Amino acid sequence: MIRLLMRDLILALRAGGGFGLGLGFFLILVTLVPFGVGPDSERLSAIAPGVLWVGALLACLLSLDRIFALDYEDGSLDLLATAPVPLEGLVAMKALAHWITTGLPLVVAAPMLGVLLHLDGAAYTWLIVTLLIGTPALSFIGAFGAAITVGLKRGGLLMSLLVLPLYIPTLIFGAEVVRRGAQGFDVMTPLLMQGGISAGAIALLPFAAAAAIRISLR
Amino acid sequence: MASLWEWANPRKFMTWTDKALPVISIFAAVLFLAGLIWGFFFTPDDYRQGATVKIFYIHVPSAMIAINAWLMMLIASLIWLIRRHHVSVLAAKAAAPVGMVMTLIALASGAIWGKPMWGTYWEWDPRLTSFLILFLFYVGYLALWEAIEDPDTAADLTSVLCLVGSVFAVLSRYAVNFWNQGLHQGASLSLDKAENVADVFWYPALVALAGFVLLFLALVLLRTRTEIRARRLHAIEMRERVQG
Repeated sequence: MIRLLMRDLILALRAGGGFGLGLGFFLILVTLVPFGVGPDSERLSAIAPGVLWVGALLACLLSLDRIFALDYEDGSLDLLATAPVPLEGLVAMKALAHWITTGLPLVVAAPMLGVLLHLDGAAYTWLIVTLLIGTPALSFIGAFGAAITVGLKRGGLLMSLLVLPLYIPTLIFGAEVVRRGAQGFDVMTPLLMQGGISAGAIALLPFAAAAAIRISLR
Repeated sequence: MASLWEWANPRKFMTWTDKALPVISIFAAVLFLAGLIWGFFFTPDDYRQGATVKIFYIHVPSAMIAINAWLMMLIASLIWLIRRHHVSVLAAKAAAPVGMVMTLIALASGAIWGKPMWGTYWEWDPRLTSFLILFLFYVGYLALWEAIEDPDTAADLTSVLCLVGSVFAVLSRYAVNFWNQGLHQGASLSLDKAENVADVFWYPALVALAGFVLLFLALVLLRTRTEIRARRLHAIEMRERVQG
């Protein structure tokens, strides 16, 4: 299992597999928003929590099809599926590798981009905390979407259509925590809800994703 | 030996629906028209809402069908995944466009009603938002059916999507509840509540609801029959290609 994780990490790092691509996309998205809505700092700081969360979500989406597609194309997914490791474990490791290469950099970069959007000072802690809790859910839900569309020739756009509605609860609770944090309200309820969604997604979705891969490889 | 699963036999399904479908269609048409005509022309205007109250006879039944169509798809998908009955998954496939259109009808009629009553076509209210999300789920489900060529793979993957989607649809429903306060009124047709609509509106609404349910049933059966015929046609074509 650890080797599988290392394999994916090394592949992502060495093969130029879009390691920094998600980050660059996140940066560009956040840069574009002020051009769209105007440079007024009050308005920007009001929408900053939502923009940062939507940006993180889209940046995450961008690299999802790499989770299984490359392995499916060169046939290594067939080998991995017949390997003496449960397919569920493989899926979980791949989702984890996706989180380490995409989610974690986003968590680190988000506060800096928060400065660009005049995010309220009190909200930085909560931004980091919710992204840390929420992005694993994004990776695991995304791994399910990637597994469903792995056998399709042009699955990328379809995958976005399938995955984005599944992201709604995570997005709602994540942005809500940051918004409440910025205004100094109690953040415990949405934070716990988001933790619950992440825990549930990590625990259950590898099974659904593995089932989808078994169907696609049949 | 009358087992429930005998209905999963395509031939039995076809012979039975061949007889039942005309009857259901006629009942659906009669009840649908009766409910709507009764509701539109023979009920008084509401003292506050005026004539706009009459959109209720379309809005509420279509919204109920929209939700229950997804529930039916969930059950049919489960039956397919567990017992591998082709008719079941074809029925789920047949129900999806009907449910999607019902969702659209509920959204559109609600928007038309909302303009004079709430002063806006659209409000990010929990119920409205969760219906929009439900619509997105229908779109995704149908798009996945279209995208996969092999029918059994498509059936399997869409069923898995339907299961996972159901969980997330429920999650989203409660998440949006949390996210914004509602403008939409509470349930007005529940059986156990004191503050329901008055009887003059209640009976035509029931008739219209029965009409919508039968309409849904008739459309789903018709579409399922079409799907089964399309499968048979495909099988015949393949056989001829092999022989010729």
